[in-house]
Amino acid sequence: MVASALETQQLCKSFGALTVADHIDFRLAPGARHALIGPNGAGKTTFVNMLTGAIAPSSGRILLGGEDITKVNQAARVRRGLGRTFQITSLFRKLPVLDNVALGIAERDGVAPRMWKPASKYKEIIDEAAHLLATLGLSADARTPVQDLPYGRQRLVEIAIALGLKPGVLLLDEPAAGVPSQDSGHVLDVLAGLPPDIAILIIEHDMDLVFRFASRITVLVQGQVLVEGAPQEIAADRRVRDVYLGEATHA
Amino acid sequence: MSGYTSDPRIRPQELLPWIIAIAAFFLLPEYLSLGARVLVYILFALSLDLILGYAGIITLGHSAFFGLGAYTAGILGAKYGVTDPFLQLLAAALAAALLGISTGAVILRTKALTLLMLTLAITSIVLEIANKASSLTGGADGLSGVQVAPILGLFKFDLFGRTAFIYCLVALFLGWLLIRRLLYSPFGAMLTGIRENTARMHAVGAPVYWRLVLVYTLSATMAGVAGALLTQVNQFVGLNVLGLEPSGDLLVMLILGGVGRLYGAFVGPVVYLIAQDYLAKQYPEYWYFGIGVLLVVVVLFARGGILGLVDQWWQALSRRSSSARASAR
Repeated sequence: MVASALETQQLCKSFGALTVADHIDFRLAPGARHALIGPNGAGKTTFVNMLTGAIAPSSGRILLGGEDITKVNQAARVRRGLGRTFQITSLFRKLPVLDNVALGIAERDGVAPRMWKPASKYKEIIDEAAHLLATLGLSADARTPVQDLPYGRQRLVEIAIALGLKPGVLLLDEPAAGVPSQDSGHVLDVLAGLPPDIAILIIEHDMDLVFRFASRITVLVQGQVLVEGAPQEIAADRRVRDVYLGEATHA
Repeated sequence: MSGYTSDPRIRPQELLPWIIAIAAFFLLPEYLSLGARVLVYILFALSLDLILGYAGIITLGHSAFFGLGAYTAGILGAKYGVTDPFLQLLAAALAAALLGISTGAVILRTKALTLLMLTLAITSIVLEIANKASSLTGGADGLSGVQVAPILGLFKFDLFGRTAFIYCLVALFLGWLLIRRLLYSPFGAMLTGIRENTARMHAVGAPVYWRLVLVYTLSATMAGVAGALLTQVNQFVGLNVLGLEPSGDLLVMLILGGVGRLYGAFVGPVVYLIAQDYLAKQYPEYWYFGIGVLLVVVVLFARGGILGLVDQWWQALSRRSSSARASAR
């Protein structure tokens, strides 16, 4: 059996009496296209925040490429190849699109702490950023401040920054959230075109997008894994339908 | 300014401060002592702009480094017979760097108001030490009799401040070159990133805390050098280089000039210290009132400081001229 790209073992998180993650065993295979779904309040965001290191779990372990990263901080996890996008766009709003991407690439390459040569002379960083923008159809906006872009394009910049880090594992937190429906097709195209060697976990409400993108789906309900399987299994699962139709399991 | 898409070449208008300074040297010989003081404060303001304007570290304690630098140079020159000006500068830089890295490592784990109060606490502690250790610092009477040997054994500090002015101008020029270089580098771009969105910098894998400690130490070093220059120019150190007041004055200067614009640190001290000099002569008891009015006017009507206002006018002007050109066609 191949080692998993990302794995959690018995991951728990409680805020006082409220348990938001309840012994979650989760496994993301190398190169996977995996979706995490669940009704509001299921604990998806908490789970992702534990994976990225934004919050610490109460107990349990997180493994990245087989190594225990439970105690590793957020920035160090990124350096080990765990990339993410934010549910609510989090960009350098006043900076040009190219700089948004270049800042990440410079961190990955270890160029960021250099103090002498002008940034604009680091051709390899700029070329790589420009190339990445081209693959996402953002070339025309390279010099535009991010805040002047329409929201749908800002979501793409979000993805571009994450890709610039060359992650082995990429967490996409609702990549299509807030994108007008006429543009969401473009986001989907971009997602479909991502390098196949990146293991991707997508957290998404848009079921249409989930079923078109993912080859494996995990359903989270009240902090627990309800079921995991291929899309057609999930679509046919009675418990999942009940949850989504509001006939919750506490009946 | 700064970043991967900006042009690092020096633009013609960036030479303006140096032309003005050299012109002042020849045209205003009776004001060279004030001029040297202005140059020192510009260097001090530059060091603050680096952390406040670019890295977004808010502080009311920058005088701790300025004051430590001033006293280090002063004590060496008055008590230990170390009179070489460059040795004094070097010692001041090292002392300030040491204080910068040790306090920065502790306080930069905090943010916002907590950080502001901690910076204030540090300069207050240094002030109290300088006040109590009077055998070394002269306490409230100040430290007089600071000996400074001629620069390179050739240029004696004269009564008219000619040597002092040129000396400070050269120091400021070098400081400006360094900071400018730094701001246009990947490190400068990275600082802007931290200021704009710290969470995002964490998410691209930047060790934000260590970077902040580093830039804080660099800034502290520069402030220490500025303090030592002030001592050498005045050949005296008083307690007024430490505590809240000089930190606050510096912040006012930078806000007047414009924060995060590099040249705001040039405009602010010039306006502030000249206004102070003039007002203190005309209205010896009320001069702070004039400074207060100036600050209120700038904060209300020119959010980006004086340079911000200049920018707005410039943009309005170029818009008008381009639309005039368009309608002429």
